[in-house]
Amino acid sequence: MAYRSSVDIHTEWDIVAARQLGRNEAKKIGFGTVDQARITTAISELARNIYLYAGTGKIEIERLNEKGIFGIAIIASDEGPGIADVRKVMEDGFSTSGGLGAGMPGVKRLMDDFRIDTEKGKGTTITAIKWLR
Amino acid sequence: MHRKVPKFVETHLDEIIERWKQLMKEDHGDRFFQIMPDEVVEKTSHEFAGLIVSNLTEDGQMYESKLHDFSERIVRLGWSITLVMKAIENFSDTVYEMLWEAEVINDSNVAEYFEVLNGWIRPLREEVVEAYSNTWERTVSLQKIALQELSASLIPVVDKVSVMPLVGTIDTERAKLIMENLLEGVVRHRSEVVLLDITGVPVVDTMVAHHIIQAADAVRLVGARCMLVGIRPEIAQTIVALGIDLNEFTTTSTLQRGMQEALALTNRQIVEVDE
Ligand SMILES: Nc1ncnc2c1ncn2[C@@H]1O[C@H](COP(=O)(O)OP(=O)(O)OP(=O)(O)O)[C@@H](O)[C@H]1O
Ligand SMILES: [Mg+2]
Repeated sequence: MAYRSSVDIHTEWDIVAARQLGRNEAKKIGFGTVDQARITTAISELARNIYLYAGTGKIEIERLNEKGIFGIAIIASDEGPGIADVRKVMEDGFSTSGGLGAGMPGVKRLMDDFRIDTEKGKGTTITAIKWLR
Repeated sequence: MHRKVPKFVETHLDEIIERWKQLMKEDHGDRFFQIMPDEVVEKTSHEFAGLIVSNLTEDGQMYESKLHDFSERIVRLGWSITLVMKAIENFSDTVYEMLWEAEVINDSNVAEYFEVLNGWIRPLREEVVEAYSNTWERTVSLQKIALQELSASLIPVVDKVSVMPLVGTIDTERAKLIMENLLEGVVRHRSEVVLLDITGVPVVDTMVAHHIIQAADAVRLVGARCMLVGIRPEIAQTIVALGIDLNEFTTTSTLQRGMQEALALTNRQIVEVDE
């Protein structure tokens, strides 16, 4: 099993805890300042979406090592309402909360790989990966 | 029983403490005694035992106030609550075992012993938990105040130009405070240009950006303009990746540059003067 650690999201301050965890892991893996900022910002977006739209959930951070290439995976999962139209939430400016609607498309651009698994009424799991080059 | 137990604890104190220490070592390894200097362990465990004795000999009120003092002191030593709970448990286990061995208690009077035990262990546990949670509550509320004091004040720098340095994480509550202080300050200082300095903000995500944009809009409504300064290179890159449009802002990487721009905007500049 790859090394995984996680933070449960219940309050706004848990977002800060998740960010901190991600930054520490990113540092350990060897990411530079710019990538550290990208990774923490992505975590912040995903954690806040959990807090806002699902209420509770968790952020897991996994260290990756694929054939000697290191990376970090952010796995954001919740059992909230799910996302009805995945294509729509990936559009810049789409928001149901009066936000900027920049979070989801932003995370996709901040990271290397991005995947959404969601089912209406069941919940959402978003996996975002950054590789160390 | 009410007299026998304290008498026993009093006379066998050294041995109890020895065996209790052994138990703690088994549970926590040497780590336990490394984090606690010897004389502190010695003193505290004697005091603890003394407390038990006094509970069983003195009247209730006396015990309560002693217990309170003791718990407060334990908390101040900074040990984890788990450790302290374990220590209490081990202490009472040790006493129990030794009472058996000394045949002070046996099958016929053990129930009576548990009654006595309940009288000192339960209030002790409760008092310790209470003392811990009081300390935590106090700490949290003090930190809240400290955070609020950190939160954003608008500083008039020169005529018409003010700076608001933002330091630390911005949550919803702080964002509100920033907005209030900003607007109130702009009006009070008759600022024409406000520099929002985000050098000290660790993460600028969409929520923070949104609040900054809203603050700038509000500042415009009261007739001033807002500049965003102190944008570190890595923050600039994440803002771009998020696709956040800051075109309506004048942005600069340092406060110093921002200051020059602000002066230019108000038709002034800094000049060196010869003597
Ligand atoms: N975990 C989730 N569960 C359910 N719906 C979600 C979840 N995450 C995002 N959404 C939906 O997707 C929309 C777009 O999310 P996105 O993060 O891009 O923008 P936003 O949160 O509305 O604004 P911001 O720019 O502040 O992030 C949200 O408004 C919300 O309706
Ligand atoms: Mg969002």
